[in-house]
Amino acid sequence: MASAIDLDDVAHTEREARARYVRRALVCTSTACLAAGAAVVRERLTAVIGEHDEVGIVPTGCPGLCSRGPLVQVEARGEEPTVYTHVDEAGATAIGRDHLGDGTPASDVATVPADLPFFSRQQRVVLATAGRIDPDRLEDYVAEGGYAALATALTTMTPAEVVDAITRSGLRGRGGAGYPAGRKWGMLAEATGDTKYVVANGDEGDPGAYMDRTIMDSDPHRVIEGLTIAAYATGATKGYLYVRAEYPLAIERLERAIRAAKRARLLGRSVLDSGVSFDLEVRVGAGAFVCGEETALMASIEGRRGLPTLRPPYPTERGLWGQPTMIHNVETLANVPAIIARGPEWFAGLGTETSHGTKVFALAGSLNDTGLIEVPMGITLREIVFDMAGGIPEGRRFKAAQTGGPSGGCIPARFLDTPVDYEHLQDLGSMMGSGGLVVMDDTVSMPEVARFYVAFCRDESCGKCAPCRVGTEKMHAFLDRICEGVGRPRDLAHLESLCRTVRATSLCGLGQSAPNPVFSTLEHFRDEYLDLLVEEDVEPTREEVPGEPA
Amino acid sequence: MTTDRLRLATVWLGGCSGCHMSFLDLDEWLFELAARADVVFSPLADAKGFPEDVDLTLVEGAIANSDNLELAHTLRARSRVVVSFGDCAVTGNVTSLRNRLGEPATMLERVYVEQPDLDGQLPVEVVPTLLPQVRPLHEAITVDVYLPGCPPSADRIRRALVHLLDALEAGTEIPDLEWRGPDDLRFG
Amino acid sequence: MSPREPRPTVPVTIDGQEVMAVEDETILSLARRVGVDIPTLCYLEGLSVYGGCRLCVVEVNGDARLKLACATPVWADMEVRTDTWDLREHRRRIIELLFAEGSHICATCVSNGACELQDLAATNRVDHIHYDLGFAPNLPLEPVDASHPRYVLDRDRCVRCSRCVRVCAEVEGAAVWEIAERGGNSRLVAEMDVPWGEASSCTSCGKCVLVCPTGALSFKGSAIGEMRHDPEVVAFLARAREEEEWLDRSAGSGSASEVRS
Repeated sequence: MASAIDLDDVAHTEREARARYVRRALVCTSTACLAAGAAVVRERLTAVIGEHDEVGIVPTGCPGLCSRGPLVQVEARGEEPTVYTHVDEAGATAIGRDHLGDGTPASDVATVPADLPFFSRQQRVVLATAGRIDPDRLEDYVAEGGYAALATALTTMTPAEVVDAITRSGLRGRGGAGYPAGRKWGMLAEATGDTKYVVANGDEGDPGAYMDRTIMDSDPHRVIEGLTIAAYATGATKGYLYVRAEYPLAIERLERAIRAAKRARLLGRSVLDSGVSFDLEVRVGAGAFVCGEETALMASIEGRRGLPTLRPPYPTERGLWGQPTMIHNVETLANVPAIIARGPEWFAGLGTETSHGTKVFALAGSLNDTGLIEVPMGITLREIVFDMAGGIPEGRRFKAAQTGGPSGGCIPARFLDTPVDYEHLQDLGSMMGSGGLVVMDDTVSMPEVARFYVAFCRDESCGKCAPCRVGTEKMHAFLDRICEGVGRPRDLAHLESLCRTVRATSLCGLGQSAPNPVFSTLEHFRDEYLDLLVEEDVEPTREEVPGEPA
Repeated sequence: MTTDRLRLATVWLGGCSGCHMSFLDLDEWLFELAARADVVFSPLADAKGFPEDVDLTLVEGAIANSDNLELAHTLRARSRVVVSFGDCAVTGNVTSLRNRLGEPATMLERVYVEQPDLDGQLPVEVVPTLLPQVRPLHEAITVDVYLPGCPPSADRIRRALVHLLDALEAGTEIPDLEWRGPDDLRFG
Repeated sequence: MSPREPRPTVPVTIDGQEVMAVEDETILSLARRVGVDIPTLCYLEGLSVYGGCRLCVVEVNGDARLKLACATPVWADMEVRTDTWDLREHRRRIIELLFAEGSHICATCVSNGACELQDLAATNRVDHIHYDLGFAPNLPLEPVDASHPRYVLDRDRCVRCSRCVRVCAEVEGAAVWEIAERGGNSRLVAEMDVPWGEASSCTSCGKCVLVCPTGALSFKGSAIGEMRHDPEVVAFLARAREEEEWLDRSAGSGSASEVRS
């Protein structure tokens, strides 16, 4: 068996190597920038520079400003970094020739200031090294202090002390519900079984949301480290990273990272010679949104049809193959190394009284800048929308922000100053959710928005329970009629009554929360629904005879 | 005839008239009914147009064609209480089986051209336009009381009528379905 | 604990009635024992608990989060309500949804008069359906699978209760049935979606037909016009008896051990 990695040694060597470079170009190779053409940019830069002792080309994860990708950040000794945006092949040639070549900024390529509020207002914990390091190099992560938290936990803390640290940090689940992580860890630690499991849930699927994808494809080792610390603290010996099949880059990088970590003895038998063993593998999802629900996710890992089952028993009592199992969202786990490294008190000091730490949001919709941000809990929606994302384009007005995906709700303009944390969003009839944040301007019809999300839930319903399987379909039929202008007051009444039943009686979170977009748009924008209704008992025109498809 | 008696109508839309047959099975109770209400419109009575100021209208059959739809709106405007009478009115029932054949033209072709042994041809004269789909009565107009059954038995009809006539005579609110037992509600 | 020893009991209030429940029994089992009616559809004694129909939802200790009577064990001093206005509304809505999915036209159904869904509608006071009935022309029409020699499957009448799936896997041990696809497209399939008559794992035991709550699974010959007489079989039997076709002659004379045909 190969000997364990010497973290300090690797970090030292790596930092020395970096110090040789006079100039470095950090090229975002996360999914969004790759989709915008980052691969060509990277090739071009490499071709222009060639083998060079003092200039480095580093493929990195996501710095966040996705709408302006491909992004290239040039760092030069003694200079403020320059962030080039919308870089194409010609732009890459110019950057390589001018800025990297002789240090004169490339004049024809668009830039944004490095202190743009989009960047400067962020507080990056989970994404601390995303966009700074090569996700495919373990050494890069180690040089930034990676795996030091794991070493600290293994060598200086008992498992119970690690659980206690997580509890004291106040970390809550980032997948949506906000369940206290420490409590879950404690339950798994106390559970007995032949094998205990820890699972990272990377089945993110809310429309517009890609926080977990970015964490996984930009900094895979952070997730692995978090999961390994969780395993040590709870006595789990086997872990799974459940990643949806639609995230091929994340899967590829996680698998490469797992192999590297195993070679370095950061995973596998006797991690860092501690005597503690932890085996980890990636399981690829089969394309169902409902597999993000933890009981369905476990069924999928076991190779069965991804159907939710009744709880209790909870996974920590009886999970994978009947054994105690703990499932955490990817972002939750990515917080763990920092909590151990910097202490639970530091983490508890971030954010608000009840919601500690930071939250990653995927900004989408009607904003001047969209992309990924990590902000402290408690920041207001106004700061995110107007200060960081540059407001609403083309002179239109902010109308609502949708958070929490299909399970969430719409927050109208009058609540722009509400702090974004678990409690406040819930009070507004929305939820934190996993971090999708879609902004809508005044051209958007809110009943249409509700119809969109209900269609999503209808399409993703597994079909096991009647209220969700049929209820979402009939909710959609009512919304169809209303949106097409042939709905009547009683359609709206039946829709609301049906929504109450679907929420109260569905088996799992998907169905229980499917009516949320309807409830929240009705709460804040009821007039828009009423404006679309037609009177009862008015003889329909030829176009609206009953049963005629709208 | 005195003028303070209730005015009752029965209507036959897209159905087989089985509910009206069941209505006739009320037998001698029809005399009691006749003592309390005038039948002002019915396939069983000689009346051309749907009259005004009707107190209670029983509607058999689903909305299947343009005439059904028009009559439904007329009777709704002229009736105090509308009863969806029998499964075809309540759910579409047998009348709605043609929905699954797709467009009315497909159904007509199947029924009048493919199926007959001799001289299959499409009807062309004096036939109301078929709606794209057969729908229950309550999707076209507001319905006050539902009386399911295929057909509802005479007993079930009688129990419902007694309650409704009592309420109409007394001028009280129309009783909701809570007064009925499972026997009064069963589909089929 | 010996099997004779009575299991410990705990006090439970159900619809205002104070009763002693057996520890670990479900709310449903208690309710049935003390004569409180909670409607069920997917639940069937003898099969695993599925929790799909959601009809047996009850309120416990006034909690807004409803509990399933079929899956929730009782605990001491639990207060159960099975018949609030909200619960009645929820049940009605769910029953209506089931009617509005597929084709549930009682008058033309083989199970008319012997259908749990029809009964549920009547006992829960469903007198019409608020929702678009599932007979829009754009819905895929599922052809009836009559390929099995003895049984018929009409998927348009299936309520996805999974009783057939469970009885086949858990009692018969054949596991012929599974529900494929998802959401509104979910459908009962035999094996890897083969015609039922071609499912070689089917033992033709008929348990799935016996447990089906609706007309989705039925015995052939039970629909009107399906009766097939076979008077010629008598001549066949008489001739066979005359010619002693079922006697095992190899065992020697006098030993008439019967061979099953």
